[in-house]
Amino acid sequence: MSGRGRTLAAAARLGRVRLGLALVVLVVLVAVVGPLVAPHDPDAFVAPPSSGPASGAALGADVLGRDVLSRFLSGGRAILAMSVLATVAGVGAGAAAGIAAAIRGGWIDELVMRTADVLLAIPQVVLVLLGVAALGPQLWLIVLLVALANAPRVARVARGTALEIAQRDFVRAAEAAGESSLRIATHEVLPSAADALLVEFGLRLTVSIALVASVGFLGFGLQPPASDWGLMINENRLAITAQPWSVVLPVVAVGVLTVGVNLVTDGLSRAAAGLDRAGRA
Amino acid sequence: MRTRDPAVPAVPAVPAAEIRGLTIAQPGTDRPVVDDVSLAIRPGEVLALVGESGSGKTTTALALLGHVRRGARVVAGSALVGGRDVLALPPRELRAVRGRAVSYVPQDPASSLNPALRIGTQLDQVIAAHLDAPRDERRERARTTLADVALPHDRAFLRRFPHQLSGGQQQRVAIAIAVACRPAVVAFDEPTTGLDVTTQAHVLATIRELCRTHGLAALYVSHDLAVVAQIAGTVAVLREGRIVERGPVASVLHEPEHAYVRALLDAHRSVGRPRSRGTRGPAEASPAPAPSAPEPPAPEPSGAVLAVTGLVAVHGRATVVDDVALHVRRDECLAIVGESGSGKTTLARCIAGLHRPAAGTVTLDGVPLAPLARDRSREHRGRVQYVFQNPYASLNPRRTIGDTVDRGLVLFSDEPRRRRAARTADLLARVELPAGVAERLPEELSGGERQRVAIARALAADPDVLVCDEITSALDVSVQASVLGLLDELRRERRLAVLFITHDLAVVRSVADRVLIVRHGRAIETAATEDVFTAPATEDARRLVADSPRLDRGPAVPPPSSLLAPLQPNG
Repeated sequence: MSGRGRTLAAAARLGRVRLGLALVVLVVLVAVVGPLVAPHDPDAFVAPPSSGPASGAALGADVLGRDVLSRFLSGGRAILAMSVLATVAGVGAGAAAGIAAAIRGGWIDELVMRTADVLLAIPQVVLVLLGVAALGPQLWLIVLLVALANAPRVARVARGTALEIAQRDFVRAAEAAGESSLRIATHEVLPSAADALLVEFGLRLTVSIALVASVGFLGFGLQPPASDWGLMINENRLAITAQPWSVVLPVVAVGVLTVGVNLVTDGLSRAAAGLDRAGRA
Repeated sequence: MRTRDPAVPAVPAVPAAEIRGLTIAQPGTDRPVVDDVSLAIRPGEVLALVGESGSGKTTTALALLGHVRRGARVVAGSALVGGRDVLALPPRELRAVRGRAVSYVPQDPASSLNPALRIGTQLDQVIAAHLDAPRDERRERARTTLADVALPHDRAFLRRFPHQLSGGQQQRVAIAIAVACRPAVVAFDEPTTGLDVTTQAHVLATIRELCRTHGLAALYVSHDLAVVAQIAGTVAVLREGRIVERGPVASVLHEPEHAYVRALLDAHRSVGRPRSRGTRGPAEASPAPAPSAPEPPAPEPSGAVLAVTGLVAVHGRATVVDDVALHVRRDECLAIVGESGSGKTTLARCIAGLHRPAAGTVTLDGVPLAPLARDRSREHRGRVQYVFQNPYASLNPRRTIGDTVDRGLVLFSDEPRRRRAARTADLLARVELPAGVAERLPEELSGGERQRVAIARALAADPDVLVCDEITSALDVSVQASVLGLLDELRRERRLAVLFITHDLAVVRSVADRVLIVRHGRAIETAATEDVFTAPATEDARRLVADSPRLDRGPAVPPPSSLLAPLQPNG
């Protein structure tokens, strides 16, 4: 079995990883299958505004009288898709930049890391809101901005890991054999850095979920009347005493997703570090 | 001076430390790491625990400190220090025993000393932890302890940081920390492995002296039989967790009873045995205009496949290679010998194009090579191949053995894809590895097997020059002998010019035709191999030969007065 296969197998044996995966799968199922089983059109008015559970609206109606359960079941796809896309893009770009900086050094290293410093100086939420405020609430733009907010942190980790790997003799051997920098990055350094990047992916996914949900809550994400967990919390928070479900459901869903991802990430990092693996003689 | 000669441990005395029937198991392995090991060490005695890697010697030594590695479990037995079983002590009492009654000197002082604290502080920490004494008294104890290990003990030295000391001094500080509270027992875990021979000789003398004067009982863990011959009174040989032979060092090393010990000694001797001249047959018949008379000492590059002239290399502001010239012919092995820090590895890396020299040229068949490998032509890169010191680091851990060798063929041969698998199998077979290894990852192979893979990878480029940087120093002695044998065969078979970088003179004797001795970056002597041993021309060469530990020579320990002075060559 390959080294990474063993990391994953070791992680899969951990209780926390199993629990985390179960939580993640639960939320993903709700988001993916939800729209298909929703009892009502999420935009249809079915009951008096902010009314409690009644026949026809199992969990009551929101501030405008739309079915809470249907809106909850339909509101997860966007946040999940956007978070995952933003994380993939951010980790990809950050890893590429960080590894390039580590291997090439010199001015490339300076350029990448000083750019990262500038981006790191701006709080992530502010960075995303600035961009959205300037260019308008486009979903692709939010994905891009969240990716940009993630990338410098990933670049730091990737550079540190790659620097350590680039010191090892097998990278020297590849240099002596005349391999190109690109091939050294992709074939020598990246495979050994993958464990660290996998853990980083989990961390960044948690942050992305929170960021995308916040942007939605602040009204810069999906626009009404679309159903979205972040937006739902915002629309219904004033009526929370009369109709708690329309706030509690999306909050719980985002919370469970975040905790699940965190548990998996924690397990992965333990497995990668060999903490819970029996030592060798 | 209280003296009790450790070579005569027959004085009946209560053992300072005793291990009884110790068995330690590790989940996931089918046999115990340590299997029913019993031994006893009397005060003033040095007991050597010898074995190859994985034999359980460190695990046994750590048991004396009541330490068991994470995941491992004591199945049976006890480790008695001063009559108490340290393996059964609660953590609080165990802390009181460690450092006070039993202590440990680890292999690598560079990583065992705290780089952020001064030497004096680190010594004082251990003294203050165990002795309830005022500051002045503790400082006095620190000074006498440093004097015990033959280190300067003035205020300036106490204020130094570990990085301001040499490797040998760092190891002495580690020993000082271990003996500061006058423990009855000290476990030394290969304390001289990272040191060059001259420093090693001094550290060994210090340890012997400590045991003699303080009645210290020492457990000396080592893989090196020659070192053991110098330091120990009694020896126990471990194999796969079991003691296969024990006894006074002279009888075990000269009349071993167990077959394994005999094999170990044979391997050790064959590494140091002069190469028989008869094996040079093909060279004489070759067109290479090699002079048959003993080598003239002056560089004489005619017929050389690789030549280096005026090479200078720097690390930062330090000049580590200073105006070195050398040459090597086809079917010839030139050993480059020097202590650690002599610049020999940097020299090798300049030749391989891994380090940009500050001046000088490297020529291949008279054609100058570009300074860095990436600027050299494919042909030049292929013809000069480099084998790294540490086979645990030089193979990509995520790539199978087959792919590693195959990559060499992709880069340097014109073999079509469908024939490469067969060529890879041929190469692996040539370095005497079973065909099945192609599918394996490096971590599934032993050190010796990995080094063979590294050699196969170099052979894939069909080189003319093979630069071998201490390729056996990370290997067990029985493995060393077979890797050196393979290298010698390959050199003859492929008429390779071999540059063999090493600090180990014993190895030189079995592989090299000529020797180049480097010191402080300068080439100080070049001569035919046997001449270096029988008639060294310079003081440095004499010293290297004298300090090299050998099985057939008793403890070549310098008198304590000369610990810090240059050694006289002695027998």
